[in-house]
Amino acid sequence: MVRYDAIVIGAGMSGLAAGIRLAQMGKRTAVLERHYLWGGLNSFFKREGRRLDTGLHALTNYVPRGTPGAPLTKLLRQLRIPYEALELAPQGFSQTVFRVGGELVRLRYSNDRELLNSEIARVFPAERDGFARLLAALPTFSDESAEGFAASARTKLAEFLRDPLLIEMLMAGASYYGCPTERDMSWNDYGVLFRSIHVEGMARPEGGVKRVLDVLRERLAAEGGELRTRAGVKRIVVEQGVARGVELDDGSQLECECVLSSAGLVETHELCGLESDERDIGRLTFVETTTVLDCEPRELGHDATITFFNDGERFEYACPDALVDLRSGVLTCPNNYSSKTPLEEGCVRATVMANYAHWKALGAERYAQEKSRVYDEVQHTIAKFGPDTRLHARWSDTFTPLTIERYTGKRGGAVYGSPRKLRDGSGPVRGVHVIGTDQGLVGIVGTLLSGILIANRTLLAPQAAP
Amino acid sequence: MSNEEVVIAVKDIIATIAPDEELSNLALDVRLRDQIELDSMDFLDIVMELRKRYGVQVPEVDYMQLATLKGCVDYLGPKLAGKQLVQTAAR
Repeated sequence: MVRYDAIVIGAGMSGLAAGIRLAQMGKRTAVLERHYLWGGLNSFFKREGRRLDTGLHALTNYVPRGTPGAPLTKLLRQLRIPYEALELAPQGFSQTVFRVGGELVRLRYSNDRELLNSEIARVFPAERDGFARLLAALPTFSDESAEGFAASARTKLAEFLRDPLLIEMLMAGASYYGCPTERDMSWNDYGVLFRSIHVEGMARPEGGVKRVLDVLRERLAAEGGELRTRAGVKRIVVEQGVARGVELDDGSQLECECVLSSAGLVETHELCGLESDERDIGRLTFVETTTVLDCEPRELGHDATITFFNDGERFEYACPDALVDLRSGVLTCPNNYSSKTPLEEGCVRATVMANYAHWKALGAERYAQEKSRVYDEVQHTIAKFGPDTRLHARWSDTFTPLTIERYTGKRGGAVYGSPRKLRDGSGPVRGVHVIGTDQGLVGIVGTLLSGILIANRTLLAPQAAP
Repeated sequence: MSNEEVVIAVKDIIATIAPDEELSNLALDVRLRDQIELDSMDFLDIVMELRKRYGVQVPEVDYMQLATLKGCVDYLGPKLAGKQLVQTAAR
């Protein structure tokens, strides 16, 4: 039987990062992926000669090369990826736009944090001081206090800001880019997500998600780790409460000392043959439409890179009681990064919240009809906040919560995983560790750091450094 | 390996894991953490590289011995005696 020191389930961002660290430590490591493409929630697919990204809109936490103490700097250093390898193209600017009483209220921000400060002063002049105090108080990645995880972000925001509209606007981006719980999140998670978008910034690797995945795969190979695609894990082999290995979909077994699973909390429980709790399945999932245009979004008057939009004073981040919630969403234009090589075609992606159970209940025929109808409705909605794609669409695609579940194995298509997180990474049986979104480090850089952190803790278990 | 080579060996490891840091002016008796950006994750990498390159095991209780370059010489010198210097950092 083939024997490894460590087996990583899932070749997404966290799995690849963990695999690189384990291999660096001299462990014989295999990263197993059910699909033929790696990447998991952040991947790409090819259709009619086009390569399209899924998941990742932007690499958040953008900082210039060598910025001390920044999550991106730490991440690249740990994985020994040169900063230049990602060829990050910074955003122009992004924005949060709320329609209030027929008027659009707009806050813009960029990789220069002064822009958001000046926008707050322009739109909410009375909140300037409160906003400055908020910035100073925001938790960082290294804040792991129990109080910070117990405190409500909304309650804390209200300690600094009085205008409810500003609070809602400052919840939108952080929610859409990583919040696993409905309506509110912990103060610690809020700090991390807010910083990742508004204090640091956003950039696009040249070539999109594929660039990140290629770099990770190359690093894994260079360290002697194996990436095995079309190698789905059917179950984790547990003997007397200890993980001994995994059984693959084809029935073959691999032995190992430890398993790092990015499958998710509920999914990992099930892989171990344990009962799972329905309440641990995340309820937040999305429909995303991609429209390829016959022109650049800029030519349609849309310069923003990312737009978080909302059609009302109150922002409701929750599983809708319908196929989708069209009141809010995210609009992304990959063309609007300062890429060295311009994208070949204009592209607009739009993301709205969706209800997994409603999509699941549709039969095959109605599923196709509803998917097409929802696509049209989403385009109608985003035209109020950005480019009208309807007159310029050359090609389009839509993915639903069922698509997400099919390609990522995440129950319920829950993009940000379970509402319950396992911060120390301890799995349901000995020798199994949880990494990725259900370990609880939020955001795209958080997911990568999660793989590193748990790999480090699992195998070296350091408590103090000199 | 001479004391000078131990310093070169440690600096080469640091240069590998922290390519952005300027290492030419590191003082021997000042904590490394106070001179360059190194966090606890990075110290793990130093320990890991010592094991990979020289087969030297540094147990967790001894991590504090590596706080300064002088400490590295004192602690690693005997362990690296007779070993060949390995340099891999790009320069």
